[in-house]
Amino acid sequence: MYAQMVISEATNDDPAKLEAFQARVDANDKIEPKEWMPEGYRKTLIRQIGQHAHSEIVGQLPEGNWITRAPTLERKAILLAKVQDEAGHGLYLYCAAETLGVSRDEMTEMLLSGRMKYSSIFNYPTLTWADIGAVGWLVDGAAIMNQVPLQRTSFGPYSRAMIRICKEESFHQRQGYDIMMKMAKGTPEQKEMAQDALNRFWYPSLMMFGPSDKDSVHSAQSMAWKIKINTNDELRQKFVDQTVPQAEYLGLTIPDPDLKWNEEKGGYDFSEPDWSEFYDVLKGNGPCNRDRIEARQEAWEKGRWFRDALTAHAEKRAARRVAAE
Amino acid sequence: MPSLPDIMTPDAETLAKAQGKGRAAPLEAGSPEHDLFTGLTRLGDNTLILGHRVSEWCGHAPVLEEDIALANMALDLIGQTQLWLGLAGEIEGRGRSADDLAFLRDAWHFHNVLLVERPNRDFGHTLMRQFLFDAWHQPMLRALEDSADDRIGEIALKAGKEVAYHLERSADLVIRLGDGTDESHARMQDALERLWPYVGEMFHVDEVDVRLAHEGLMPDPASLRPAWDATVTEILAEATLIRPEGEFFHKGGKQGRHTEHLGHLLAAMQWLQRAYPGAKW
Repeated sequence: MYAQMVISEATNDDPAKLEAFQARVDANDKIEPKEWMPEGYRKTLIRQIGQHAHSEIVGQLPEGNWITRAPTLERKAILLAKVQDEAGHGLYLYCAAETLGVSRDEMTEMLLSGRMKYSSIFNYPTLTWADIGAVGWLVDGAAIMNQVPLQRTSFGPYSRAMIRICKEESFHQRQGYDIMMKMAKGTPEQKEMAQDALNRFWYPSLMMFGPSDKDSVHSAQSMAWKIKINTNDELRQKFVDQTVPQAEYLGLTIPDPDLKWNEEKGGYDFSEPDWSEFYDVLKGNGPCNRDRIEARQEAWEKGRWFRDALTAHAEKRAARRVAAE
Repeated sequence: MPSLPDIMTPDAETLAKAQGKGRAAPLEAGSPEHDLFTGLTRLGDNTLILGHRVSEWCGHAPVLEEDIALANMALDLIGQTQLWLGLAGEIEGRGRSADDLAFLRDAWHFHNVLLVERPNRDFGHTLMRQFLFDAWHQPMLRALEDSADDRIGEIALKAGKEVAYHLERSADLVIRLGDGTDESHARMQDALERLWPYVGEMFHVDEVDVRLAHEGLMPDPASLRPAWDATVTEILAEATLIRPEGEFFHKGGKQGRHTEHLGHLLAAMQWLQRAYPGAKW
């Protein structure tokens, strides 16, 4: 789970301060919340961390779709633990973003009103149990590719959140691959489900790294600030090189007739995803955009009385304490 | 009215066995093994069905901390199910695993109390159901720690640590919501009244309970009532909620007669195992 297509904010700060700040980033100092930082750095981070947090929250939905239908008690327990981790990741990330001066409630309102985004991958449906395997293997696999370098990001709270998150994500990827192994070595129907899941999730997973660097105009500033560590194309290549042998081991076919090993570059050549689909999904036209956001809006609206009651009770308690003193 | 023609295949059982679908003969009703098997499935089915209901909230809770807490509770309950149903299968001695019992039994072989299969409705209803159950579950597990069967005592000890936390949490939230806003108070009072007719079954004693209690394997359910009453009276008072007066209660779940809701729950839960028999997941 991660953030995609985060547009860096322009910055308009004192050049001397900016230069000193850049020197600290270059020296691999961690920037902490109360220290001076360029306005663009703060805003870009809020957007990136917030988007990542929202992705964790919305990401519960496609997986939650199968918790009630998990095929064994153990699989149900593992999936519950995974979704619980994701909610926990959302919580650390919202906390990290709060250190930059934006509250969780504000970020939630921005998600629900469409002013902040979450990763587009969660706008694809989970149609069979094999999709739960594919989400762990491919989607979490792609997320790890992005997140491992972010452990070294310049903003201290974000970097520390990433260190915790990466440990759990690698368990998530393994459980996904484990589901795929059972399916790929199972009955003909299970194998069919596994191949179908790979067919549907392959290109959306490649899209998770964002458009090609040559089309990504906002990367340079983020890379200079070490909010972004690698380019989109570097990470996508790394993901493909790692994933192809895993698919071969499963006996599954990557849905790309042009996929082939390129000895010269020491990596695979592969087909680009259909970027028009990516932009369509981003604009709200993915298979599940509306369902996902409505599910979150409904949870928020229907939960209002609950949140209000907790606040009211806390106020009553405080008042009673004062009265007793 | 004329009598209906007999359309039963006379030798259905033999045909089923020839297709490899026959099962070993079930345990004899009233035998010690059958009693213990029944008692264990009552415990395991309670945790399975409630764990399932709680897991239905995943991604839809009113606040992130509640999503985390609910997933955690569902996880505890499913873990306890694995232990109770695992032991039930062992006692039965017919080679059925916890998964076989969870995913391949029909609704009329489930022995959970009706309370736990009640639908979630709103979050207040879900919490009230949890509280009423936790207030029973905790003294139940405490009594099971002293079971004449050490295997039961060990599971109860482990589960009891988790359930002590469940009760602390559900009681705390019942207080906060009961004594929160007018709306939350009304919702919690409504939930309490809706669920009240399902409370009595937890303490209702049948002949299996009598024999299990006589053997020192499981407590007499009626003996748990004073502890439950004490907890519930205290928490409801603090929550400013009115304890309903009715003594009537629905029953039948422990004997396999359920509400309409269980069939739908099982249809979702058991679907993959039923659709692809014998597949490994």
